[in-house]
Amino acid sequence: MGNFIFKRSLQSVLSLALLIILVFFLARFTGSPADLYLPLDATEEMRDQFNQRFGFDDPVYVQFFRFLGGLLQFDLGESIQYSKPAVEVVLQAFPTTLMLAAITMPIVIAVAIVTGSLAAFRPGGLFDRIASLISLIGASTPNFWVAIVGVIVFAVWLRVLPTSGTGTPWHWVLPVAVLCLRPTGVLVQVVRSSMITALSSAYVKTARAKGVRARAIVFVHALRNALLPVITVASDQAAGIVNGAVIVETVFGFPGIGKLMIDSVLLRDFAVIQAAVLVTALAVFIINIVVDITYALVDPRIRHS
Amino acid sequence: MPDTRLLKVQNLSIQFPTRKGIVHAVNDVSWTVDRGETLAILGESGSGKSVSASAVMNLVDTPPAVISSGQILFRGQDLLKASAEDRRLVNGKSISMIFQDPLAALNPVYPIGWQIAETMRVHGIDADTARRRAIDLLGRVGISDPERRARDYPHQFSGGQRQRIMIASAIALQPDLLIADEPTSALDVTVQAQVLDLMKELQRDSGMGMVIITHDLGVVEKVADKVVVMQGGRIVEAGPVAKVLSQPSHPYTQRLLDAVPGRHGFSVNEAAEAGPTPLLEVRNVSKVYFGRPKLFSSAPQPQVKAVDDASFKLSRGATLGIVGESGSGKSTLARMLLGLDTPTAGSIDFDGKDLLKLSAAETFKVRRRVQFVFQDPTASLNPRMTIQQIVSEPWAIHAGVLPRQQWRERVAELLEKVGLLPDHAERYPHQFSGGQRQRIAIARSLALQPELIVCDEAVSALDVSIQAQIIDLLKELRRDMGLSYIFIAHDLALVRDFATSVIVMYQGKIVEQGPTEQVYGKPQHDYTRRLLAASEVQPGALAA
Repeated sequence: MGNFIFKRSLQSVLSLALLIILVFFLARFTGSPADLYLPLDATEEMRDQFNQRFGFDDPVYVQFFRFLGGLLQFDLGESIQYSKPAVEVVLQAFPTTLMLAAITMPIVIAVAIVTGSLAAFRPGGLFDRIASLISLIGASTPNFWVAIVGVIVFAVWLRVLPTSGTGTPWHWVLPVAVLCLRPTGVLVQVVRSSMITALSSAYVKTARAKGVRARAIVFVHALRNALLPVITVASDQAAGIVNGAVIVETVFGFPGIGKLMIDSVLLRDFAVIQAAVLVTALAVFIINIVVDITYALVDPRIRHS
Repeated sequence: MPDTRLLKVQNLSIQFPTRKGIVHAVNDVSWTVDRGETLAILGESGSGKSVSASAVMNLVDTPPAVISSGQILFRGQDLLKASAEDRRLVNGKSISMIFQDPLAALNPVYPIGWQIAETMRVHGIDADTARRRAIDLLGRVGISDPERRARDYPHQFSGGQRQRIMIASAIALQPDLLIADEPTSALDVTVQAQVLDLMKELQRDSGMGMVIITHDLGVVEKVADKVVVMQGGRIVEAGPVAKVLSQPSHPYTQRLLDAVPGRHGFSVNEAAEAGPTPLLEVRNVSKVYFGRPKLFSSAPQPQVKAVDDASFKLSRGATLGIVGESGSGKSTLARMLLGLDTPTAGSIDFDGKDLLKLSAAETFKVRRRVQFVFQDPTASLNPRMTIQQIVSEPWAIHAGVLPRQQWRERVAELLEKVGLLPDHAERYPHQFSGGQRQRIAIARSLALQPELIVCDEAVSALDVSIQAQIIDLLKELRRDMGLSYIFIAHDLALVRDFATSVIVMYQGKIVEQGPTEQVYGKPQHDYTRRLLAASEVQPGALAA
C-alpha cells in the first residue's frame, strides 16, 4: 500500500507541475493587469510603477523562475485585487467550498444508494419507474435554472429561506439542495444498474438458498459488490464540487473557491489563480488517494493484487 | 394420510413467458427423494433439469415465471402454499443447495468463514458459536489450517477448495436434503472425483437425501441410486440407475448413452501418411511469463513457466490430442502454434519451415494453412455479422484466394459440408443453437482450405449428444479432406475417441506422449494414471 501511494504521489506531482506551467503561461496570454487596475488615463510612469511592484516588467521566463522560487517557500505571490498574499485569499475562500462538498456528498451518496438499491430490487416495478424518471429529470436539469427558480419560490414568494449569503444554517439549505440535484440523479442510475448486476449474480442465489433475509441480501451481499463503480462516480462528483461549485456560489453569493477563481480570471489576478489551482489540485489528489484506499477496503481482490 | 417421504415433487408445471411465446420449462414433472437416497436429474441444456429443483428452493421468481400446477411436498407440507418467510426458514436449514461455479457462488468480498457462519446466524445461532462451528466444518470438508483460512477470501482458494467451502456452508445445519446443481462441472477431473467422494461420505455420516442435477452420465453412475432423465421439460424415463443405464427404454436415453464418448473403439488413423517431413514439428518450446518486478526490491523478477520444453511431431492427416487440467499449459501451447503468442525458446517447424524465422509476408501465407476453432462459439462469432459475412471474412483478409463473385456459392457449399443449409447464410449467430454455431465456426475455419486445424476445447461447451455430432463431422472432414488436427481438451474420453496420438500435459510439461491406444491402455506416467482413474475411461465399462 505504501509503495502504491508513493507511486501515485509521483504521478500526481508530475501532472500538477504540468498544470501549473500551463496555467502560469496561459493566464499571461490574456493581457496585462495594468490595463484593468489603472485608470484609463494613467501615465506611462504609473504603469511602470504598477508593473514593477508586481514584477510584470521582467521577461515572462524570469517571472516564472521567480514564481518557482517562491513556491519552494510556500510563497505564491501577492493578490492584486486584495493586496494580500494570494495563499491567504485562497485559504479564506476554500473552507466554504469544502463545507459545501462535505455536506452535499454524504446526502447525495445516502439518497442514491437507498433509492438505487430499492429500484434495482424490482427492475421495471412502480418504484423503479418513478425513481428512474425523477433521477433522469434531476440529472438533466441545469443548475442555474433550478437555483434561480429556487430563490424565486422559497425566498421571494414563500419567504422561508434567505436569498444569498452564508450567515445562518438556513443560508445553506437552498445551495446544498441545488448542488445535490444533479449528482444524485446521476448516482441513482449508477447504483441501480450496478445493483441489478449484483442482484442477478450467483452469490445472491446462494444467499437466498441459505435463507438470508431480503434486506440483508440487498444491503450486505449485493451492495458491497456493487460499490466500486459508485465510488468512482461519487469521487468524480466530489472533485467537481471541490474545484468550485461556480454556478451555485455565484447565484447564492457564496464566497467559495469557484467564485474566487472566476473573479480572479476576469481581473487577471495571476497569483490568486495559481494559488487556487494548486490548492484545489491538492484537494483532488487527496480525494483520489482516499478513493484508492476505499477500493482496497471494499474489495479484497484489489487488496491482494 | 400424510406423505412420509422427505421430498415429493408432484405434477409440477412451470412456464416462462418470453418474447417468442410461453416456454414450458417444466411440464408435469414428478420425482421423490428420501433420506439416505440420492436422486440424479439427468438432462442436456434446456431440458429443464434445474428448474424443478430451483422451485424447491424458492429460487424461481414468480413473476415472471408461472407455476401453473403441482405440489412440492416436504415431509408432507406443500412448500408452494407456504409463506415466503416459512420457506426462508426451510432454506439452508432443512434443505440446502450448492451450485455449479463455486467462484461465482461465493460472495467475493466476504471471508469464507463469515459466509459459512452466516448460514447458521440467519437460522438463529449466535455469532460466536457460528464462527467456531464454521472452522470445524472447514476442517471436516478437508481444508487444512481451517482457523487461519477461515479469514481468507474465495479468490485465495482453488476451484475444488471453493466447492468444498460451498459444501461446508450447505451442511452447516445438518439439512435433511442437499440439492447440488452441476456440482462438479466447473472442476478438473481429478478434483471432480474428490468432491463427489466427499459428498457421498457426508451423506453416509448424516443420512441426508441428495438430489444431483447433472448432464454427466459418469456422475450419475458414480453417486446416484435412482435417476430421472429429462428432455424438453418432461421426464422421459425414471428408475434405478443400474436399470436405466443398462436397459434404457426411451430412445432419448439410448441416444444419450450412445453419445457418451470413450466407450467405443479407438480412433483409426484413416488418412495419416508418414511422409519424410512431418507437417508440424515442435522442438523444445517454452513460454515463460514474467511478472512485474517490485520497485526498490532486489528480489528476482517473478516468472511463471506456462510451457516448459515441449517437443512433438504431427504427420499429415493425423490427429494429436492434448489433454491436461486447467493451468497445464495446453492453451498456451495452442496459442503459440497459431502465432498468437511467441515462444520464449524453441522452434516450431510447419511443413519444414521455422515459423519463428519467417518474414511477415511468409507468416501471413502460412496462416492460411493453419486454422482454428475455439471453445465458445458464442464469443468467437461476431454477433453483428451474418453467417455469409463470417464465413467469407477469411477471403477478404487473404485477398486473391477466391474471387468475390464466387463467395456466395462457396459459402453455401461450406455450410452444406458442415451440415447446415445454404439459406442459413443470411442469418445471424444468435439464431442458431450452440452446436450449430460451432458448425459455423468450423465452416469458417475450412474457408481457406487449411491443412491443420487447432481445436481448443472446441466441443467442451456443448451437450454430449451435440459433442458426438461435431466429432463425427470432424472425423468426416479428416477422411474427405485429409485434414490434420490438434485437439485440445480436458475431457479424456473425447480425446480417446478422436485422436490418433496423445500428449498429456501437467504443470507446463509434457509428461507422456504416444499413440492413443498405448497412452490409454498402458499409461506410463503416474499423473496419466491418476487422470484416467478419475475420469473412469474404461473400455466397455458400461457395456456389461
